[in-house]
Amino acid sequence: MNQSHRIPGKGLLIDRARPVRFSFDGKGYEGFAGDTLASALLASGTRLMGRSFKYHRPRGVMTAGSEEPSALMEIHEGAQQTPNVRATVQEIYEGLDARSQNHLGPLAFDLLAVNDWMAPFLSAGFYYKTFMWPRAFWEKLYEPAIRRAAGLGSLSGRHDEAVYEKAFAHCDLLVIGAGPAGLMAALVAARAGVDVILADEDVRMGGRLLADQPEVGGQAGPDWAASVVAELASLQNVRLMTRTTVTGAYDDGTFGALERVSLHRAPGEAPRECFWRIVAKRAILAAGALERPIAHPDNDRPGVMLASGLTGQLAKWGVNPGRVVIFSNNESGLAAARSLTAQGIEIAAYVDPRPIPVTEDFPVYAGAEVVGTRGRLGLKDVAVRHKGGISMIEARTLALAGGWNPTLHLTCHLNTRPQWDENIAAFVPKAGAVPGLSVAGAARGRFSTAACLADGAAVAGEVLADLGLRAPDVPVPGAEDAPYGIAPLWAVDAGGRAWLDFANDVTTKDVKLAAQEGFRSVEHMKRYTTQGMAPDQGKSSNVAALAVLADATGQGIPETGTTTYRPPFIPVSIAAMGAGGRAEGFAPRRLLTSDARSRAMGAPMIEAGLWYRPSYFPRDGETDWRTACDREVRQVREDVGVADVSTLGKIDVQGADAARFLDFVYTNTMSTLAPGKVRYGLMLREDGFVLDDGTCARLGPEHFLVTTTTAAAGLVMRHMDFVHQAFCGSWDVRMSSVTESWAQFCIAGPKAGALLEALEVEAELPFMGCAPVTVGGVQGRLFRISFSGEQGYEIAVPTRYGAALFDRLVEAAHAQDGCAYGMEALNVLRVEKGFITHAEIHGRVTADDVGLGKMVSAKKDCIGKAASLRPGLTEAGREQLVGLMPVNQGEVLSAGAHLYNERDRATREHNQGYVTSVAPSPTLGCWLGLGFLKDGRARHGQVIRLDDGLRGRKVLVEVCDPVFFDAEGGRMRG
Amino acid sequence: MRIPCPCCGPRDRREFTYYGASVFLDRPAEDAALEAWDDYLHLRDNPAGVTRDLWYHDPCQSWLEVERNTVTHEVLSARPVVEARA
Repeated sequence: MNQSHRIPGKGLLIDRARPVRFSFDGKGYEGFAGDTLASALLASGTRLMGRSFKYHRPRGVMTAGSEEPSALMEIHEGAQQTPNVRATVQEIYEGLDARSQNHLGPLAFDLLAVNDWMAPFLSAGFYYKTFMWPRAFWEKLYEPAIRRAAGLGSLSGRHDEAVYEKAFAHCDLLVIGAGPAGLMAALVAARAGVDVILADEDVRMGGRLLADQPEVGGQAGPDWAASVVAELASLQNVRLMTRTTVTGAYDDGTFGALERVSLHRAPGEAPRECFWRIVAKRAILAAGALERPIAHPDNDRPGVMLASGLTGQLAKWGVNPGRVVIFSNNESGLAAARSLTAQGIEIAAYVDPRPIPVTEDFPVYAGAEVVGTRGRLGLKDVAVRHKGGISMIEARTLALAGGWNPTLHLTCHLNTRPQWDENIAAFVPKAGAVPGLSVAGAARGRFSTAACLADGAAVAGEVLADLGLRAPDVPVPGAEDAPYGIAPLWAVDAGGRAWLDFANDVTTKDVKLAAQEGFRSVEHMKRYTTQGMAPDQGKSSNVAALAVLADATGQGIPETGTTTYRPPFIPVSIAAMGAGGRAEGFAPRRLLTSDARSRAMGAPMIEAGLWYRPSYFPRDGETDWRTACDREVRQVREDVGVADVSTLGKIDVQGADAARFLDFVYTNTMSTLAPGKVRYGLMLREDGFVLDDGTCARLGPEHFLVTTTTAAAGLVMRHMDFVHQAFCGSWDVRMSSVTESWAQFCIAGPKAGALLEALEVEAELPFMGCAPVTVGGVQGRLFRISFSGEQGYEIAVPTRYGAALFDRLVEAAHAQDGCAYGMEALNVLRVEKGFITHAEIHGRVTADDVGLGKMVSAKKDCIGKAASLRPGLTEAGREQLVGLMPVNQGEVLSAGAHLYNERDRATREHNQGYVTSVAPSPTLGCWLGLGFLKDGRARHGQVIRLDDGLRGRKVLVEVCDPVFFDAEGGRMRG
Repeated sequence: MRIPCPCCGPRDRREFTYYGASVFLDRPAEDAALEAWDDYLHLRDNPAGVTRDLWYHDPCQSWLEVERNTVTHEVLSARPVVEARA
């Protein structure tokens, strides 16, 4: 495709020596390195680039920047598919595959354009009015049809496999925007020696100096900008960030920013985007201003642009607009007309509603308005209404110059609204809206180049003074200082449809209809019409829309006010904000010292919080978890098993008041525990419910080791720190988490003692005893405790010896006909014994509910004791822990099921309780369940119904004591 | 949001765990009336403006009483709960 619409010698950003081939809708095009999709397509003579959201009207390019409402496309990269990419921002690279979106059939013959003919029926709020009735149609008919037709662009439906990055930066001063004001501000601050970050969303810094090319200090604007950028780049205290849009202002001087790291290159190793969190002592917003269109009939055809978009496309990329009509209500539009004429562009007409003198080198229609356009897929003629009537003027481009809106969005992100400035007919930022953020230049309504340069320097000086520094003497270069001279014109009164929001197809009629139907508040109008809710968030259209609303309601613009400005300023991909958070990056992984060995033994790993624990250790011929689990349980009950229990929380508590402190956090008494002994303990929350259970070992007179459950390790540490620091700060007690300092293994079974002897570990310990031991020459600790109901020990060694010890334990177990066992067997063993875990102590049960009421000592105060005596926690009718066994032995129980009396229906009011844990018991030959049942302890022997609505399971179960096996505990004491 | 930890200096809020209003430091006596315990456990003001609440700085294990403004989001001060109780 030739570049028929490129002006020779023009285009600051393109490298004509480097042609780049890309495709649009499957057709090959050629542009130059430095082109955007928009500029390359425009240079090739292509104006039609997409379809609008609602009426599927043809859409082209309107701007030369990130505010683009119309030219939205999909980028395809293999399986990757990115919708709503602004063609004005996306740079082309070799092989780029861009596709137009939002049409059915070819772009030029969109079948859904039928919506445009139906426009009279598709006015604002038509969803709410049309799809109300009959109600049954909504889910089956209306919603699927609307969903198919709605939405801009489409997704691949697959994971985004590309790399994204997040990063943090700190600075003294963040300057947002590198136009004349931003460059001056950064220069002054940089010369003062403070750490400066200058962020700009374009490829090259300079802002409007590049597009309008005014003279600055006797130099061409782009040259002056380049010289300032070169100086800044040479300074150590300055960081220049191009292709970086500051997206939001947050508390404490924090800003979000999105850097397009490699979106301008073919996909490769580099991250596509990086989301920055920048913390700045001070910030200067120098983001300039955005031009707004004028609403006139059929102002949405491809070929209708903003004047700033036209001049930008021409100056930066050499795009030839062809014959141009300019419709302007202010001096900047007139200046553009003069500049374009000087550059050899034919201005077919300059149309201005103001009564300006007609003394230009191009046809001027003063006191005139554009009242219509023609051209189905691209502009052909412009209808101008003037004193002499209506003239049809042939033109390829219509440039709209409706005035400028300061880019003040960031100043409103902490919930401040902007102020209306009558003189420039625009909103300006309120001073001090964001603490530490100053505004300079066009972003606060100072539009001339000279004013921007001076303001940038002045605001930087103020910021430096605020930081206690003297501003260096930096002369402000001279530049044009033309008056703005705007006569507000929001909408031309000429019938027909005049567009406000080009992306979402909101016309002036829709806004008037909203007002007429009572949606007079700007926030209601927005939601009723969808004004400003497209990807561009109404950057070029919101102010005009509320001006039309103000006119319709008879309120003034300041009284009408704006909608809420929220971050982000531009669309930010979730992938960038969540960079690094997918798959394994989602959460840290905690691995046991036995991890490698367990995996080598074929154990499937399951997550327990952040930990990965072996589920079971399959042997040859064992094809499912049940077979392996049953075998492991039997081996523990008959021989011996070893398991890694290092995930249990371990807290080392020391000090003269350690015993007294533990008496306060535990319900039972620990001060009476003799050194060398272990006691089971229960902790409550202050509201009387169970917090956690575990063991407490007294290693010395002033030295204890507390264990917690895996799930609550962090919680209990935090809780104990709180109780200590808040209520007994003066006590002599110190504590520290040692969970990761010790690897701890459980050895359980009738042959546990024999296994220890084989390892030459002195195992002469009474039940619930503890002692220091030596294992393989390493100092360790031995605890005689049991979570399986068998004779059991737990042996702990410093973590670095964990892997070696686990190897030896596994070998020793095998030599005793034993095995390593995993979480499944561990769960079966504990359910058979009725031992509780956080499945039972889930935060809504009391000590008495789980049958441990006697553990709350009457002789002392403890955390949670007072609240545990509240009537509601002690009265009859509470659900109590029970065991459940199927009446028919073969039936399967399931956790989460609810319990009902045998003949009651399974409804809420009949609910008697619920099942918390189940396990297939090879020892008892049936499934076992633990659960909570109303007054359950008094109902042992009753038959009730377990009802699992989710799995469609109804099982008759007998209520029994939660300890199913060896109730006297002879085996573990033996 | 950043909190000035007395041990570690200003730190990002993601290093902290929130624990509610600082009146939780005023634990009633064991034999206080049920109403006092109910008030202590469950009833909280929800001020628009300056408030004091409890934050745990996980890296240094300090419990802090943080004074901050719920309207402006200013963090005014942070001190160890040990001092807040003194």
